[in-house]
Amino acid sequence: MRRLFIFLAICFAQPSLADSSLPAAYWSNRQLPDAKQEAQAQALMEQLRCLVCQGQSIADSDAELAGDMRDLVRRRIAAGEKPSAIRTWLIQRYGTWISYKPTTEPAAWPLWLAPLALLLIGAWLLRHRIRLRKR
Amino acid sequence: MSKAVRFAPLALLVAIIAALVWRLATPVDTDVHSAMEGKQIPLFKLPAALPSKPGLSSSDLASGEPHLVNVFASWCVPCVTEVKVLQILKESGVPVEGIAIRDRADDLADFLARNGDPYERIGRDAQSEVQIALGSSGVPESFVVDGKGVIRYQHIGPIERSDVPLILTKLEQVR
Repeated sequence: MRRLFIFLAICFAQPSLADSSLPAAYWSNRQLPDAKQEAQAQALMEQLRCLVCQGQSIADSDAELAGDMRDLVRRRIAAGEKPSAIRTWLIQRYGTWISYKPTTEPAAWPLWLAPLALLLIGAWLLRHRIRLRKR
Repeated sequence: MSKAVRFAPLALLVAIIAALVWRLATPVDTDVHSAMEGKQIPLFKLPAALPSKPGLSSSDLASGEPHLVNVFASWCVPCVTEVKVLQILKESGVPVEGIAIRDRADDLADFLARNGDPYERIGRDAQSEVQIALGSSGVPESFVVDGKGVIRYQHIGPIERSDVPLILTKLEQVR
């Protein structure tokens, strides 16, 4: 009785009703027949952020919207569109947030300049230590 | 060691704690805002979601008067309460258009019979294509579209009863 109750409680929990009852889009969990195109699609999907499970890529996410986005990416790649064009199209919709690839916008400049700055600090520290040892 | 150097770790600790407390007090906005605000609505033509109602296309929205486009679904729990608020908006003269995400005609008819039907047209978006084209990231979401078909405002999450004046103002502003 208790087990049945728990089973029913799990079946009717809200999250299980929070998805649609339509099947997944055709290309969402199916590879493209052309291996080269599939590789392109896979590389792009790994760089696109899922809108539902923020922090996962659409290649990893099980969300329905991520499935629909994988379908969109594969269909467009199969139609001959370039991955960069698909990324640009999505950025026009959702902003740079959707792409994991860092941009060259001013907001990302500290990211690009950090390695250079760390290298310079390292060189300065090294010079300081070598001088100390000489004395 | 000078005094400043001796107190540096303590100062660093205080700074880190202050940053953490600040972030806890003002949490990050995790909503994904559409970058389509201020832009022309993308071209689309959705088939009718119900036999009794026309589908929705982008040309229906560029009709000269502002529209409220509601992205919803019969399987979406917050949409149940939102649809009643949309009824209030409809009664005050707002044309409400629906985009039903991943929905089936019988589920949708059931949902509208139970909760009321404020929609003029409902388009069926079976693979979230138009939803993605609009820069919407979930259900429910609503867009205020002006008479020329330009997206002027995105409302993320359900329109609550308390949001009615806000929506009416947004629609008035673009008239």
